[in-house]
Amino acid sequence: MNFHLTKEQALFEQMIRSFAEKEVKPLAAEVDEQERFPEETVAKMARVGLLGIPVPSELGGAGGNNVMYAQAVEELSVACATTGVIVSAHTSLCIAPILESGTPEQKKKYIPRLASGEWLGAFGLTEPNAGTDASAQQTTAVEDGDNFIINGSKIFITNAEYAHVYIIFAMTDKSQGVKGITAFIIEKGTPGFSFGKKEKKMGIRGSATSELIFENCVIPRENMLGKVGKGFGIAMKTLDGGRIGIAAQALGIAQGALNETVKYIKERKQFGKPLSAFQNTQFQIADMQTRISAARMLVRSAAFKKDQGEKFSADAAMAKLYAAEVAMEVASKAIQLHGGYGYTREYPVERMLRDAKITEIYEGTSEVQKMVIAANLLK
Amino acid sequence: MNIVVCIKQVPDTTEIKINPATGTLIRDGVPSIINPDDKAGLELALRMKDLHDAHVTVITMGPPQADNALREALAMGVDDAIHLTDRKFAGADTLATSHALAGALRNLTFDLIITGRQAIDGDTAQVGPQIAEHLDIAQVSYLRKLDYDGKRTFTIERSIEDGYEILETEAPCLVTVLSDAFQARYMTVKGIMEAYAKEVKVWGFNEIEVKEEDLGLKGSPTKVHKAFSRGVKAAGELYELDTDEAVGTIISKLKEKFII
Ligand SMILES: Cc1cc2nc3c(=O)[nH]c(=O)nc-3n(C[C@H](O)[C@H](O)[C@H](O)COP(=O)(O)OP(=O)(O)OC[C@H]3O[C@@H](n4cnc5c(N)ncnc54)[C@H](O)[C@@H]3O)c2cc1C
Ligand SMILES: Cc1cc2nc3c(=O)[nH]c(=O)nc-3n(C[C@H](O)[C@H](O)[C@H](O)COP(=O)(O)OP(=O)(O)OC[C@H]3O[C@@H](n4cnc5c(N)ncnc54)[C@H](O)[C@@H]3O)c2cc1C
Repeated sequence: MNFHLTKEQALFEQMIRSFAEKEVKPLAAEVDEQERFPEETVAKMARVGLLGIPVPSELGGAGGNNVMYAQAVEELSVACATTGVIVSAHTSLCIAPILESGTPEQKKKYIPRLASGEWLGAFGLTEPNAGTDASAQQTTAVEDGDNFIINGSKIFITNAEYAHVYIIFAMTDKSQGVKGITAFIIEKGTPGFSFGKKEKKMGIRGSATSELIFENCVIPRENMLGKVGKGFGIAMKTLDGGRIGIAAQALGIAQGALNETVKYIKERKQFGKPLSAFQNTQFQIADMQTRISAARMLVRSAAFKKDQGEKFSADAAMAKLYAAEVAMEVASKAIQLHGGYGYTREYPVERMLRDAKITEIYEGTSEVQKMVIAANLLK
Repeated sequence: MNIVVCIKQVPDTTEIKINPATGTLIRDGVPSIINPDDKAGLELALRMKDLHDAHVTVITMGPPQADNALREALAMGVDDAIHLTDRKFAGADTLATSHALAGALRNLTFDLIITGRQAIDGDTAQVGPQIAEHLDIAQVSYLRKLDYDGKRTFTIERSIEDGYEILETEAPCLVTVLSDAFQARYMTVKGIMEAYAKEVKVWGFNEIEVKEEDLGLKGSPTKVHKAFSRGVKAAGELYELDTDEAVGTIISKLKEKFII
């Protein structure tokens, strides 16, 4: 048993903390307020290699691991959860399935440009009538010689029009149910592929979330990811990994809210004392810290197991379920300890609570995480 | 072109506390960082690498944990790292430190040596100039801008109190750099992964060209007379008054304190 970061991970912690503090935090309130996608931050992240952390160096990545990826999403989210999810969706939902299921040609074509950040990635599974029940796909892909013709739409897609590469799921054979779903790699600019409504959201407002529309969109067979009918498995496996990213995002939000609170309660005085002198305040922050540390253990151990090539699906589900609950609870307590000031946009904890909520919803709602955990117990 | 950057690992003085009883620094639990001026020096060297394909070597003298500072420099993109460490170096003041560094530098080929202006813990600003003297090469302190003609000539802007001077010098030379002159780049993730795979050369007394009596405590003529922390001044009082009232107030305050 060893709970220490490796030397590389420890050096990386130093780097990512300073990057998040200096490059990400100053923009957090603004991208939220203006619902603005932080393109300049994405360019900076690309330069230092944050968009290809767990990608082998032969494919143009940093040659890092999933623990480091989780560290990155956590620290970015301490400063700005919008920035955290940009990296998470790109890495876990687009790069990972190509790395795991792509052909050598697909990897060669897409991975170096994704890992370098030249291209951003996205993932489209959710549809208006296929949310939690992702198997109810209505988007269709019809074989036509060497091509597939795709029709349908995807909603709530993170990175939206800022991405270049999209992993898209569609029914190739409705009669086969989940075994009739196939995955494709689709590039922006493909005729018949356009963007629909942009969502106005409660939190992670700088993150772009849009509808993707496919109208007789012709995709060559070489862009099929995995085999015909294997798409659902790819989607589920991808989400298993993605949950580590979202759990890390939730963890970061919680840590960010606690950091702000500790600072605030030392400064704010009532009854002639700083708030930190009241035992109730101390007990609150003790609870917050304890839960955050427990969540971090779950996140790191899921990431570690993935790095070791062990089964991590239930671990990732527990990490996401718990970290999301902690994020909600800690952000809410943080506002309470800030009093009225915490309820205003003068202080970041207001944004943090709005940002926390999504972590209970996307990449499988908390209910779905419980299904995964229970299924693992009952099998 | 070959560049050698001298870096020092220092306690992050923004996080340091002073023991009120003894007046000494409490170093326990204070994170160590690369001295800020030296980080700017690394950035200058890496820009020369980007522009002129320079080969950059980083060197530090310090205890075993100074290895971290070298790994950070490697992760930022320097090519080679040398760690000077030996019991014989312990207790060095600036003179002994510069003798050891100069001894190591004699083993290397260089066109440019970069040091920080001063270390945030020692604060003497002596080590860079001393190295240049030991090696008998030109030195330019307080560099804020450097141009290189691609052959032998450096054109340097040197900060002075109310402006700057422009100087020209030939390689080899030593420059000392100011921390705000060059915003240091971040380590890259790839650089971090490779930093620990690279070899850091560890040199002791036997590997460098230097006289033993110039090193460590023996080679350190500086004697610390007394260490004390500066007394904390009380917060000032602020008055916003028109000129006549202000003059009157100042006079009465000075009288109150028996200054006039
Ligand atoms: C900001 C944002 C970004 C997103 N990004 C992406 C993306 O990049 N790619 C992508 O594909 N999708 C994305 N999504 C979609 C997201 O994953 C879905 O919203 C989520 O999976 C839930 O689906 P739904 O919204 O249709 O909710 P529903 O499935 O309608 O669920 C509503 C409620 O019912 C519960 N429920 C449903 N079925 C059951 C059941 N069997 N038992 C118990 N409870 C149940 C759910 O847990 C939930 O509480 C994003 C969503 C948002 C809001
Ligand atoms: C009596 C005495 C005993 C001391 N004993 C010790 C001791 O036991 N251990 C200890 O760590 N310190 C000791 N010091 C402090 C140490 O010698 C000085 O900090 C050191 O010589 C550098 O001086 P400075 O910090 O003033 O650096 P400056 O002269 O301000 O530094 C200028 C530049 O020189 C370079 N430089 C300085 N030091 C190094 C280095 N070590 N490696 C590479 N480049 C460097 C850097 O580029 C730096 O920016 C002692 C000092 C005195 C006076």
